[in-house]
Amino acid sequence: MLFIDLSVRNLRRHKVRSFLATVGIIIGVVAIASLGIMGSSLSTLVGGMVSDVSDTILVTPHLAASSGDPFDPRNTLAASVSTKNVALIEKAAGQHRTVPMILASDRLRVRDTSGYATIYAMPAADIPFLLEREAGLYPQGRSSGVMVGSLLADELNLHPGSRIEVGGESVRVVGVAAERGMGIDINPDYAVIVTEDWYTERHGERDYSRVVVKVSDLSAIEDVKAAIDQQINRRKEVVDVLDSREILELYYETLDAMNIFLLGIGGVSLLVASVSILNVMIISVTERTAEIGLMRSIGARKREVLRMFLYESLILGVIGSIIGGIISAAVACYASASVGDLFADFAVTGEAGIPVSVVIGYVAFAMAFGIGTSIVAGFYPAWKAAQLNPIEALRYE
Amino acid sequence: MNGEPLLRFVDVSKVYPLPAGDVVALDHVSLTVEHGEFIAVMGPSGSGKSTLLNMMGCLDVPTRGKIYLSGQEISGMSDDDLTRLRRDHIGFIFQQFNLIPLLSAVENVEFPLVLKTGRTESRQRAVEVLRMMHLDDALFSHKPGELSGGEQQRVAIARALVNDPDLLLCDEPTGNLDTKTGMAIMEILATENREGKTIVMVTHDPGVAAYARRTIRIVDGRVA
Repeated sequence: MLFIDLSVRNLRRHKVRSFLATVGIIIGVVAIASLGIMGSSLSTLVGGMVSDVSDTILVTPHLAASSGDPFDPRNTLAASVSTKNVALIEKAAGQHRTVPMILASDRLRVRDTSGYATIYAMPAADIPFLLEREAGLYPQGRSSGVMVGSLLADELNLHPGSRIEVGGESVRVVGVAAERGMGIDINPDYAVIVTEDWYTERHGERDYSRVVVKVSDLSAIEDVKAAIDQQINRRKEVVDVLDSREILELYYETLDAMNIFLLGIGGVSLLVASVSILNVMIISVTERTAEIGLMRSIGARKREVLRMFLYESLILGVIGSIIGGIISAAVACYASASVGDLFADFAVTGEAGIPVSVVIGYVAFAMAFGIGTSIVAGFYPAWKAAQLNPIEALRYE
Repeated sequence: MNGEPLLRFVDVSKVYPLPAGDVVALDHVSLTVEHGEFIAVMGPSGSGKSTLLNMMGCLDVPTRGKIYLSGQEISGMSDDDLTRLRRDHIGFIFQQFNLIPLLSAVENVEFPLVLKTGRTESRQRAVEVLRMMHLDDALFSHKPGELSGGEQQRVAIARALVNDPDLLLCDEPTGNLDTKTGMAIMEILATENREGKTIVMVTHDPGVAAYARRTIRIVDGRVA
């Protein structure tokens, strides 16, 4: 207690110096925690968009220029998978479920608002398989009812029973699909979902835009992919077969790398802070050399002197880390919200908030790192102080 | 007391190796200090007085020869053991008072006691010793910077006495004080000696040395 008391008094004696060293630690802790949280928030956001499709194989018409990226805008170019090839895919997929779908866009008019909307047409039986229902019913057969995406419904205030105009024809909304987020197979939240029969009745028979294969057993993905490739692409690249797992892995790898990079930046700022603590402690030891000599000569042991100076840097570290932790938690809320906003325009559902446990985790990590850094930075000056020769230290002016 | 003198130097030399050549600070010194003595160590500057005092205070160990404190040989002791000896058996009084500026008068006196016992509730004993030094109670909570030289030296003597040491080592205890205050401090030391405390004191001042009952003269590292 005596040595802690002495440390506190010495820090108080040099208020400005102690304050500045603490500010360094605060900045470092805030940098690590908030950058970590921001990275993780981004990760959560993007993860939320794509994580629900890890069991998906996407078969799209082969484009010579295709980048293999499911979000590549060229994927929307008119190209199709023929009915014959759909049959071959079904054969290759075996027991795994195959959903062929047509992607189109048509004019949508609701009361005074009008614009274009994406239309997904797929076999009536497959709609309940791919989409959860928020309200109403799934569209059936040739009946005139359509389903709308959850965000489209929210924005245009649609509910089962509402009437909308699709391609100039008035149709009834029978159901609202549950919010699903961005996926590599289907993005229904702002779309109109109709049965294949409904669509062909109005637009005639058409080839499919893409085929989604849902694999019931994740380990089968490679086999199914290979089988589809084998069935269709033997002579010529006719379709591209994409495995969502690979894409997901790529996403996570990129995000992890970014996270580490962000944490690295935070680490550098804490390193700078630790240099300032080192500096403050060296000054403190130098100023108090005679006092150290006196303490040693009247009976303070080396480890007691070491402890006294370690307490000083520890106190700076603890105070800086606590304040930094509180600020980081506040910054975290703001940062995750703004990342959410940033993405809200094109990633519809991203979970803007990130789990409290993640925030606490990063804040705790940053605080521990801040305290640890302070102790490490304080150790050398403290050790130097403990090693001083009492006779020489006493003579120091 | 086991018949052993409090302190015994046997053929002690101290050599400081310097790039320009070795400096012999103490040259084959043999002496004894008996319990209850009051000794003044005198000699010109650089004669080795301070080195002698540092060795007596277990702050330094000899290059050659042996030093016994209450029959215990100190040359081979670890730093921790020497520190413990200083803490429990030796009191130091310096010319510059050397009080810890962050601590109040009474806390300065408590300091060695807390080091020894590890307890912070040593206030009672510290207050007792400070009162023996005739320091006004109102000054107990003052920081050293707020005390006069004489008051600071009283606090320093109280600090040296708080662990009831066997040996009191004083390095020019009146060197920074006016004559009147210096005399008062010497009276305190003389009283302590009469009550049985062994005192070794380095001084230049023959008037101060007159308080001692024996004088050791050092010239060029040798006892003259």
